[in-house]
Amino acid sequence: MLRLPHFQVSAPTTVEEVVAALKEEPGARLVAGGTDLLPNLKHRLEAPEQLISLGRLTSLRGIVRDDAAGVLRIGSQVRLAEIAADPQVAELFPSLATSAGLVASPSIRNTATIGGNVNLDVRCRYVNQSEFWRGGIGGGCLKSEGDVCHVVPKGRNCVAAMSSDNVPVLISLGASLVLVGPEGAREVAMADYYRADGLRHTKAEEGELTTEVRIPLPTTPRRVDYVKWAVRKSIDFPLVSVALRFDLDGEGVDAAITAVQVVVGVLGAKPRQVSRLEAVIGRAMNDPEVALLVSEATFKQCKPLPNVPYEPAYRRQMIRVYTRRAIQALAQG
Amino acid sequence: MTQAALLLTMKVNGDPVEVAAPAHWTLLEVLRYKLDLIGSKQGCDKGDCGACTVQIDGVPALACLTLAIQAEGRSVTTVEGLSLGQGPGRVHPLLDAFDRYDAAQCGFCTPGILMAAESLVRERRAPVTRDEAAAALAGNLCRCTGYTKILDAVVDASEQILANVAKGGAGEPSTSEGEVSDAR
Repeated sequence: MLRLPHFQVSAPTTVEEVVAALKEEPGARLVAGGTDLLPNLKHRLEAPEQLISLGRLTSLRGIVRDDAAGVLRIGSQVRLAEIAADPQVAELFPSLATSAGLVASPSIRNTATIGGNVNLDVRCRYVNQSEFWRGGIGGGCLKSEGDVCHVVPKGRNCVAAMSSDNVPVLISLGASLVLVGPEGAREVAMADYYRADGLRHTKAEEGELTTEVRIPLPTTPRRVDYVKWAVRKSIDFPLVSVALRFDLDGEGVDAAITAVQVVVGVLGAKPRQVSRLEAVIGRAMNDPEVALLVSEATFKQCKPLPNVPYEPAYRRQMIRVYTRRAIQALAQG
Repeated sequence: MTQAALLLTMKVNGDPVEVAAPAHWTLLEVLRYKLDLIGSKQGCDKGDCGACTVQIDGVPALACLTLAIQAEGRSVTTVEGLSLGQGPGRVHPLLDAFDRYDAAQCGFCTPGILMAAESLVRERRAPVTRDEAAAALAGNLCRCTGYTKILDAVVDASEQILANVAKGGAGEPSTSEGEVSDAR
């Protein structure tokens, strides 16, 4: 049995009330679905005195296509199961429907929200353990109660891994977040939202709440996918996590590639956007070289760490293999 | 720090319930230690095993990762409420199928599996397939059975429910809403 630490809890019904509550109690933690925060609290990784439940923010529970703004707006309290089953998401952003449907287990997807998932705390095999377990390795690490890093010896920077299935996909789709705080609302591109520091891995400011995910509607034909490898087909966080997007100048498999996005998760705290992919621009989607060029560049630029299970060398090879196979599948039919 | 108690109003297995609980308690703790509904099991207590699966407003959720306050005003169904609305002397077709197939061995995972499976077999037009059953139960660990008999039982129960509906009998399982009388 894992008891939660003592805290007070409130359940406001409007965004304004949440912002006011955060201002009043700066150390308070927001809890949406709670499927990430509660295990972390039970493991004593945090001990906030106040929790603010977002479960009654019914205004943030819609998926709305806004053609005037050219975006799909997903309220931050939309459940992952709803995103995985939503016909608009499936039609416009099939890779997001895939990634949302691969998170954890059905019951967790019924509870976990997209706002919580984009703010998922970074994870490490030395962090997400019981207090007793952490005591067994000498009292934790940089991210828990210790002052050493067990992943990078003598490291001073926490390298816990961004383990959300949806974050690489949303970055590949050019999504942004709407954050509301005491100064009002601001929009941040998700590509700029994450920091390479496991102790403070997002650029959310104190007192801010994520209210919406905005994804630009596709303006060209495109082929997208999300590939995940984990030991089991359910419950597990990803160990290989790659989002792919190819913008094309036509619908056919021989259409030319006009832009490409490859985003890889579960490396460090920040997802990696693979660069130097210009060599495939202008090539046909079904050119066999495309899968090789992209998977090779991805392999070269992605260096997994021993921060999650399975050997980094194996995971690195699998990044290449899964990326190549996914692109080959996209180039079929 | 003073420990704030919450006064929660919710519906549990059809009955309106008012219960006081510490603010840091989970729904699972309220069910087990305040309401004595010990069918929902406290297994891993961190979302890995599914033994605490209940239904909140008819949707499977993990009671160990649900704060008590998040159930405020909502309708919670536990395994104890599964057979309500089946008529006197009758059990839910899932329970009957689990019995006939010996789908429970030690039984610790069974309450959670039943509550996850119920949402799958409810209000179907066609019986569930084994693949659908496996996908719906992908968050529920069983360390005894190897799942074979569990999946057989869920598929069989789904067929039974559809057969009962065709006969006009009590085939619809009790959901969190309706059917269940408050004056039980």
